[in-house]
Amino acid sequence: MTTTEYESNVILSSVEFNVVGTRPVRHDGADKVTGRALYGADFDTAGMLHGSVLRSPHAHANIKSIDTSKAEALAGVFAVVTFADFPQVTDATVDFGEEITTVHDLQSNILARHKVLYKGHAVAAVAASNPHIAEQAVKLIDVEYEVLPSAMTVQDAMADGAPILHESMRTNELGETVEDTPSNVAQHFQHVKGDVDKGFADADVVIEREFNTVTVHQGYIEPHAASAVWNPDGRLHIWCSTQGAFPARDATAEVLRLPVSQVRVTPMEIGGGFGGKIPIYLEPVAAMLSKKSGRAVKLVMSRADVFEASGPTCGCNMIVKVGAKNDGTITAMKAYLAFEAGAYAGSPVGAGAMCVFAAYDVENAVIDGYDVVVNKPKTAAYRAPGAPNAAFAAEQVVDEVAQAIGMDPIDLRMKNASTEGTRRPDGTVFPRIGCVEVLEAMKNHPHYSAPLGENEGRGVAIGYWFNVGFESAVNIAVNGDGTITLVEGSTDIGGSRASIAMQAAEVLGIAAESVRPSVVDTDSVGFTAVTGGSRTTYATGWAAYDAAQDVKAKMIERAATIWDVDADSIELKDGVFQSSSDPELNMSFKDLAGQLAGTGGPIVGTASRNAGGMGVGGGSFAGNIVDVKVDPLTGKTDVTRFTCVQDAGKAIHPSYVEGQMQGGSVQGIGWALNEEYYMNDDGIMANSTLLDYRMPTSLDLPMIDTVIVEVASDHPFGVRGVGEANIVPPTPAIANAVQSATGIRMTRLPMSPVAIMEESWKQS
Amino acid sequence: MANVFIPSLMQNLTGGEKQVRVEGSTVRQIINNLDGMYPGFKDRLVEDDRVKPNISVAVDGEVTPLGMIERVNENSEVHFLPAIGGGA
Repeated sequence: MTTTEYESNVILSSVEFNVVGTRPVRHDGADKVTGRALYGADFDTAGMLHGSVLRSPHAHANIKSIDTSKAEALAGVFAVVTFADFPQVTDATVDFGEEITTVHDLQSNILARHKVLYKGHAVAAVAASNPHIAEQAVKLIDVEYEVLPSAMTVQDAMADGAPILHESMRTNELGETVEDTPSNVAQHFQHVKGDVDKGFADADVVIEREFNTVTVHQGYIEPHAASAVWNPDGRLHIWCSTQGAFPARDATAEVLRLPVSQVRVTPMEIGGGFGGKIPIYLEPVAAMLSKKSGRAVKLVMSRADVFEASGPTCGCNMIVKVGAKNDGTITAMKAYLAFEAGAYAGSPVGAGAMCVFAAYDVENAVIDGYDVVVNKPKTAAYRAPGAPNAAFAAEQVVDEVAQAIGMDPIDLRMKNASTEGTRRPDGTVFPRIGCVEVLEAMKNHPHYSAPLGENEGRGVAIGYWFNVGFESAVNIAVNGDGTITLVEGSTDIGGSRASIAMQAAEVLGIAAESVRPSVVDTDSVGFTAVTGGSRTTYATGWAAYDAAQDVKAKMIERAATIWDVDADSIELKDGVFQSSSDPELNMSFKDLAGQLAGTGGPIVGTASRNAGGMGVGGGSFAGNIVDVKVDPLTGKTDVTRFTCVQDAGKAIHPSYVEGQMQGGSVQGIGWALNEEYYMNDDGIMANSTLLDYRMPTSLDLPMIDTVIVEVASDHPFGVRGVGEANIVPPTPAIANAVQSATGIRMTRLPMSPVAIMEESWKQS
Repeated sequence: MANVFIPSLMQNLTGGEKQVRVEGSTVRQIINNLDGMYPGFKDRLVEDDRVKPNISVAVDGEVTPLGMIERVNENSEVHFLPAIGGGA
């Protein structure tokens, strides 16, 4: 596969289908572009109250007392809740499918118990007749704090004498407590492959560097919102902005100690999530306010709440060491990864460790991972969580090795690239993957050999995300007009209604427009895991494929009944049922659908699929070629050209694959150059608005050119999830480009003008 | 027999052995038999007949969501890994 001439969007495809691979208009497009789609904050019902949450002004403090009497006495206030209103829970594990925590930690994060662990930690909440009274009321709640010293970084938290966040926390090493003393290190693990000391001894060149990154946010535009009605019959109904209605239902039920059958969650349309809307924050609070007030209650976060009280991704401290021979053979790789978890255990360091050296078939490697609690909001997933941080370190050291031995950086990566059968440092073996194909597409792209201007530099990097499977359920009903309704439980963040519907359409030989997909509530379809882990088009799409096969088999049986022939003689091809016993016996899908009522009744197809765990289909690789121009006087960096290459297995809807690639690239550019939680000395975020938290706008960006590589996975159409791998390479590719332009090796994020000038002065 | 890879932080239980061959057709049987060969594994890996929440099991390259009931074939590879937070 080669690109022979430049196009902004290229697909390197080898398999074609009728519907899969085309670009129909998305089924939810009209509702969204006309503003008729209903998002979390749009929910309304008769007599609904509005809530407001009181949040901690301190990064770390004991709660001495909470007095809600003045708030309760305010006219228009219907209910006030604190942690005391919630049931006692255990340390049982709650698994969101993508995030694992304990019910105790989850509940304590939703409303603080005895201690606040970060600025913004929720302490109490009010429901009132309008939002203004609710905001006024929370200010009347008196909380007495005993302020404690805080630990804001992994270095702070791991230092001797560091303030301890949880007196009961002990460091765990794969099921064993290391030492019976309180610690901020929740977990340490290690992956070992081969003999790393021997590997470094065999190397001609060894490069080692330390890297630091800071907290960044997913930056979804729609704030968190949840409404609840706790009916007198005990049934709780929640409408919310979530990446997974079922995990939200299960987690809410755990926090409130309700049977899951008593909780129904309706997912509203979602204005972005990127992992940050997997956890719950407002749902149990709205529910408890509803229970106490007897009314419906709505809670909506402000932008500052989103920054300070939802789940950003981690800052981290990393040391990476790589050894290679002069011929480019990498002989050893070593990584120390210490990732912030935020206030409660559970950073993405495990995922970072799985991905850090995944692109390299190296004989000797050691990876040490540390999960560290700090006085910041509990981290949540953010698009390939942990992998971009790890790649920022690893891909820069690999680049430096290439420079040291005088080898082209893509050639070095291709010489050591992982392929089918490669054993990763964590021990698992890759199935068929597209790492080499992605690198080849990068090397062949005209961008890679285009001339550079003054003060410009070019960088490359590759990144990996393992993708997950998990559970999905789909129901399909055939309509008399030849269309089908498709019911699924995966909230649609990135065009998945279309990509799932197209897979059913392909099986049934009908147009994508003949499918009406609906995302429904938890009472209306089988359990479906989160929209996350790049799983939805793969797993729910596979369930849709299976459900369509069920429909197809039943339609063939019906045709056989009508024609009085053996069902085995009938096949469905291009939307037409044809019996091999008689050329005259043929009928379109639409015509047969119109005869169902009189020939046995409606036809429905159902399927549920557990598509596996983590690493399904081999995951996806993505690579970047990036040009930057750095102002030598100010350090301001402009991205002047950006190419993203990714293995999609098979792009079901290429426009949405390109959109994912461009979106992940843009988030990576923001992470690389501008975005950071700027914390003051008191542990308070000083830039909790979108004016000051600087995400890229279209004015900051070039066109993101895309190349879709298709190396089929085990999915029936070859799909690989594409939502995440694309955010992994941008930070190191941009850092490598900055180094190419300036000679400055940037070892911290963001690479803001200030940071670049400071490094320039330091290195000169 | 399945090929069980022993994490470096658990090799003290096997006297330094990095890989061991273990009988069993499910993860539960593998862990039980491993514990019979090298006492202590079950305490490290299992709680209330479930794989501990901070540990994942990978069979043939894929971290399984099925835990103890995951099927293991004659020549499967089994790995014990830290539990992984995912993405979106």
